[in-house]
Parts: sequence; C-alpha cells; structure tokens
Amino acid sequence: MAEKIATRAAYGKAIAALGKTDPNIVVLDADLSKTTMTNTFAETFPERFFNMGIAECNMASVAAGLAACGKKPFMNTFAIFAAGRAWEQVRNSICYPGLNVKVVGSHGGLSVGEDGATHQCTEDFALMRAISGMTVLCPCDGHEMREAVAALANFDGPAYLRLGRLPVETVTDTIPGYKFEIGKGAVLRDGSDVTIVACGMNVQMALKAADILAEQGISALVIDMHTIKPLDEALLLEAAQKTGAVVTTEEHNVLGGLGGAVAEFLGEHYPVPVIRHGVMDEFGRSGAANAVLAAYGITPEGIVARTLAAVAAKR
Amino acid sequence: MQYNTPLPHMAARGRLLATEMVHRAASGHLGGSLSAMDIIALLYGEVLRINVNNPRDPDRDRFVLSKGHVTPALYAILALRGFFPEADLALFRHIDGDLSGHPEMKHVPGVDMSTGSLGQGISAAVGMALAGQMDQKSYRVYALLGDGELGEGQVWEAAMAANKYKLSNLTAFVDVNGLQIDGPTAQVMPVEPIGDKFRAFGWHVIDADGHDFASLRSAITEAQQHTDGPTMILAKTVKGKGISFMEHVAGWHGKAPGDEDYAVARAELEAALERLEA
Repeated sequence: MAEKIATRAAYGKAIAALGKTDPNIVVLDADLSKTTMTNTFAETFPERFFNMGIAECNMASVAAGLAACGKKPFMNTFAIFAAGRAWEQVRNSICYPGLNVKVVGSHGGLSVGEDGATHQCTEDFALMRAISGMTVLCPCDGHEMREAVAALANFDGPAYLRLGRLPVETVTDTIPGYKFEIGKGAVLRDGSDVTIVACGMNVQMALKAADILAEQGISALVIDMHTIKPLDEALLLEAAQKTGAVVTTEEHNVLGGLGGAVAEFLGEHYPVPVIRHGVMDEFGRSGAANAVLAAYGITPEGIVARTLAAVAAKR
Repeated sequence: MQYNTPLPHMAARGRLLATEMVHRAASGHLGGSLSAMDIIALLYGEVLRINVNNPRDPDRDRFVLSKGHVTPALYAILALRGFFPEADLALFRHIDGDLSGHPEMKHVPGVDMSTGSLGQGISAAVGMALAGQMDQKSYRVYALLGDGELGEGQVWEAAMAANKYKLSNLTAFVDVNGLQIDGPTAQVMPVEPIGDKFRAFGWHVIDADGHDFASLRSAITEAQQHTDGPTMILAKTVKGKGISFMEHVAGWHGKAPGDEDYAVARAELEAALERLEA
C-alpha cells in the first residue's frame, strides 16, 4: 500500500527536518500554523519561528527584510492570502529586489472543500507566474514535496510553493528514474497518442485517467509538471512532437495557470491541439472536498473526457 | 560614522542636487524630498555605521526609505556620502541610468531595501531588525515614513509586529509635513494624533523638529537608549523646505519645476549655501 499523505503534511515534516541542518531557515506564519503544518517547526525551533498574526501583507515584507539580512524565510498561509492578498508585497518587496523568500501557499484549489469559494484559491499559479523572476511549484505527492522543499532550501531566489489539503497517494517514489529538479518535468508514464500534463493532485488523477484511456485503446503520456514556471519547454516540445495533442489538468482556473503556460508555449512553438482541463472560470463552493472536485469535473473521468476531445482534434 | 562635511552644508548641497535632479528629469517628488532632507543627511552624515567601500557589510546599520518616492533626497545624500559619483545623478529617472524613480537595492550602492509601494518599507525594516535581534547583532535599523503613508494598513500591521518582538534596534521616523498628493493629510485622511496611535501600539514616541539637527540628534540618542521596544520619532517638517514658493504647498508633491521656477529655486538654494560658507 502506497503512502498517503497531504502535501502540506509532508511539507511540515520536511521544513522541520531542514531546520536541523540549515540554521538560516526561518519560518513565518499568519495564525494558521496548525493547518499549514508549520507547527512542528515552531515547536522545534521557536527562536526561528515568527507568528505574524493575521497580517499577510506585513508578513511578506517582513520576510523580505529577513532575506535582505541573509536569512532564508519560508512564509506560510493559505494560497488565497499568500498569492492573493499579499500579491503586491510578493511582487514589490520580494520579487523585484530578487530576495530569497519562499512563499508557501497551503490549501490551494477546490479541495479546500467546506470553507468554500473565499478560501479555495484557483488563481495562485496565474498570479505568481505573472511576476517576473518568480518560480512556481506545485508538487503532487509527499515524496515529491520533500524533494521540492530540499531543492528550494538550496535555491537562491523567490519561489512560490503550493500545498494541498487532502491526503494523496504517493506515486513518484516508485517511478524508475524519477529525479526531482526545479524546472524539469517528470514523465510518469510513457504514451504515444496524447500527452496529459498535470500538477498537484491532478497528477494522480491523470494516471488514473491514463488507465481508463488505455482500456479504450488510447495511449497517454503523463507528465508531472511540478514546476509551472520556468516551464520545462524541451520536455513539452518533445511530448507534443511525439503525441500530437496535449491536455493540461490542474486544480486551478483554466485561465493563466498550467494550461495557460502550456498553451502559450505550444501556440508559439509547436501548435498542436491543446485542451485545458481545470476550473472553467468559475468560483468554487462549499462541500466535502471530493464532492466539490466532482461537481466541477476535477476527476479522472473529467480528464478522460477532455483527453478524448484532444485526440479527436488531432488531424 | 563621522562624515567630514558639516551637516548643514550636506543638507543644503542635497537640496540643490535634488532640485537639479527633478528639474533635469522633468519628474520626481521634490516637496517630500525637501522635508525629509535634514533627517536623511543626519543619518548618513553622522548616525549610520556604514562603510562606503563595503556597502553590503552584514554588520552595517540599515536605512529603509519607506516613503520611497523621495529618492531625490536619498540619492543626493548617497552621492555626497560617496556611494557613487555625483555625476550619476544626472541620469536620475533616465532610461540609461540605474537611479530609478524609487529606491532599488540591486543596482544602487548604499540602498538597503527596494521600496516605493507605501507601507512595505517599514515591514521590511521590521524583518531586518528581527534578523539582527535573532543573531544578537549590534546593527540598528532606521526607517523613514511619510505621514500620508500612515494611511496604509500595513504600517499598523508592522507597528504591532515591532512591538510584539520588542525591536529596540528599530528606530523609525515620520516626516510629518502634513501634506499629501491630494491635499492636507487632515483632509485626505486624518491621521492625527499620530503619537497617541503609536504609543497605543506599544512604541516609544519622541517629538522632534525635523529641520533642527540638535533636536533630531537628541531624539535619536534617546531612541538608541530605549531598550524596551521600537521608537518612533515624529519629525515635524515643512514640505518643500528651502524653496520659498514650494513650502507648505501640496501641489509640489510630485511636480517638477519648469525652467522659470527652477531658476528662482536654484538662486534661493545657492544663496542658502553661500550663507553657510560665509
């Protein structure tokens, strides 16, 4: 039985472990440490943990000041506040001077569930991706999250990391040859008829969709695109050339996120049918996480339907 | 770190350079630069422990210009202090230079924080002071805000955080010139009583005359001796200080003088400088 852990839980453990080896790591939170799971770090390294209260804009600029003095701040809150409310601070205080702050947005996407639309951030990739010099990551499982946190600790510059709320099956640890590198997508399954590019928990959904498609005689190549920016253009080009059609899937508005990035690149460099799967420019709503995802078609079956459309669009 | 030009001369030269910069660029914020000039001159001329040959010394004192639009004052003083040649000021706000409209730490030696979006600089200063406190460094962090800037909610978030962490290595100033772009601060968004507000937020508050070096110096010394949290120095100033027709006029917040006004301003500033040298 594969490990099942939420990426936020894996992050919480990883950042606490990293604290032991890197004394420059400092963690900031905005009164959500129990849910962003920075509380283990807080208990272990109280002198390096700053609870900034419910004041995300200040937290982002304070993190910038800490980075300007040689610290490696990881600032944490929900994605909607990290990427949304504090957007301009992330842009002007952190990214414009190129400071080494990791902006960590937990509870990304619709899988927030019951809290509803106000807390379901489906715009963070677009918001963060539009800032010059920003790196944007959304790992899919606990194993990949641990690798991402380790890589980010040694990455000098601003980056955004999205965490998910729901426990998800670990899939990347058993992929032969899997190696995490910022800016390099991972092929989790080879295929020849169509490419599915996914990030976050949609990676596991894409793998399930590929199983369903295989039963219908369609061979899908699945890319885990944990880095949305910079996009692994070489891998994308290779996959598009090989399969001739691309589907993107993400727990995000289809405008401006992973799908936007992929469509922009392929539109300019290798136009093939690109079908985006995700939230169709709508707000979410309250409900059990899986029920909300199902209501918006963020399911393996939803991906299958979009993939069939992509295959049909091939000339 | 003592600087060998007397402060009144440094500030008077700074006013002349700032006015030249804004006139040449035909854009820039002169009113607030002139009100803040004496504070910035005192910090760089006498207070900050900095080394122009090692502007990124990790142990240096920091200055964050939270009211980032007054680069004519900051850049003029940095040039006079020797961080870069005075000739570079000619490219202020120019596409061929690095001296952008708002402070930029990546390319301008001596700038400790990129600022310009109001409210963010004071938070960054809190972060710098926190880092110093954590590592038991002896450096101090200074920040300068505008009174109009206090309208930003983030200022008060930062004020709460500075009190929570008892950042006695942090000294901030408000350049209380009473005017902002759209008019008197009292009309645009009343912010007084500023002192009571910061006291309520846990800060030690000192009133000072922002154009009197002795008054500012004594306030800074008191701030340095205060060990139970951050200090706010409310520096009463005159917007447009030093140019008669700009003094107390909100319209000169972000307007560059034309040739005629510039000639009058220049003559006044040169006369002031001559009086100091006489």
